[in-house]
Amino acid sequence: MITIHINGEPRQLEHAISVAELIAAMNLTGKRIALERNGDIVPRSTFSSQTLADGDKLEIVVAVGGG
Amino acid sequence: MNDPLIIAGKSYSSRLLVGTGKYKDFAETRAALDASGAEIVTVAIRRTNLGQNANEPNLLDAVPPSQFTYLPNTAGCYSADDAVRTLRLARELLDGHSLVKLEVLGDPQSLYPNVIETIAAAKTLVADGFQVMVYTSDDPIVAKQLEDIGCVAIMPLASLIGSGMGILNPWNLQLVMERVSVPVIVDAGVGTASDAAIAMELGCDGVLMNTAIAAAQNPVLMASAMKQGVAAGRAAYLAGRMPKKLYSASPSSPTSGMIGKS
Repeated sequence: MITIHINGEPRQLEHAISVAELIAAMNLTGKRIALERNGDIVPRSTFSSQTLADGDKLEIVVAVGGG
Repeated sequence: MNDPLIIAGKSYSSRLLVGTGKYKDFAETRAALDASGAEIVTVAIRRTNLGQNANEPNLLDAVPPSQFTYLPNTAGCYSADDAVRTLRLARELLDGHSLVKLEVLGDPQSLYPNVIETIAAAKTLVADGFQVMVYTSDDPIVAKQLEDIGCVAIMPLASLIGSGMGILNPWNLQLVMERVSVPVIVDAGVGTASDAAIAMELGCDGVLMNTAIAAAQNPVLMASAMKQGVAAGRAAYLAGRMPKKLYSASPSSPTSGMIGKS
């Protein structure tokens, strides 16, 4: 069991999965999102190859209306 | 008349830039954008709602990046670090798009820019390949520093964000325009169409607004009014206004041929 934080909220995972698997579990596959892991951008092309680790802090963002 | 606004080497026919926030729904956002004629539209970057319905409406569907030039902003950021992180996420989100609006705020009451953090963020972003349009105060010295750092447009406030107070210090805007050679775009404070016209008559290269349109009773009609205000002000600036004087000894009608003269 590992614990990660997504947008400030803790989330427990049974085991270390890839970023792509997490995105799929969150029903965000194919959505226009960007993801930062521990302060660094995770390019979409590396979602499958990056495996999450205990204590990771993720930010997942979208574009919204703004001025 | 061919009079393009050129930012970072790219030409735009509209000198009105608009935000996409505070509208009732995405349909109203899109209708106002269309009525404004704007090509460059600002968007914010926010955490995705973790519990959201995956099929809920999305800004990118209503305002496709293929039809508008997106200008992701750093609204709500109070430090250079947060602003830089936000725009790096925006660039990833928008497939490498590098034209951005930098704003680093000083306090949540006034939303006045923190120019020290703004300058720090601008240096990092320019070095990282971003094309930075920067929201700042109307301080001409800071404006020149931001240009020297490599910002592609200087965007001074005319009055506080969301205040609708109009052009409070035209003299400082003129000082800014005298000192920088990149486009100067009034960002924040415009309340109605005459404010936009005044900014353009002063010689500003463009006007960016959100609340003035979104908070109008009829946003779509106000968007159209702003389009006309910007166009009228720009034309008046190019035409060159007559000089002001206290009174004129030169009436518009002929002084000769008056009846009743012997």
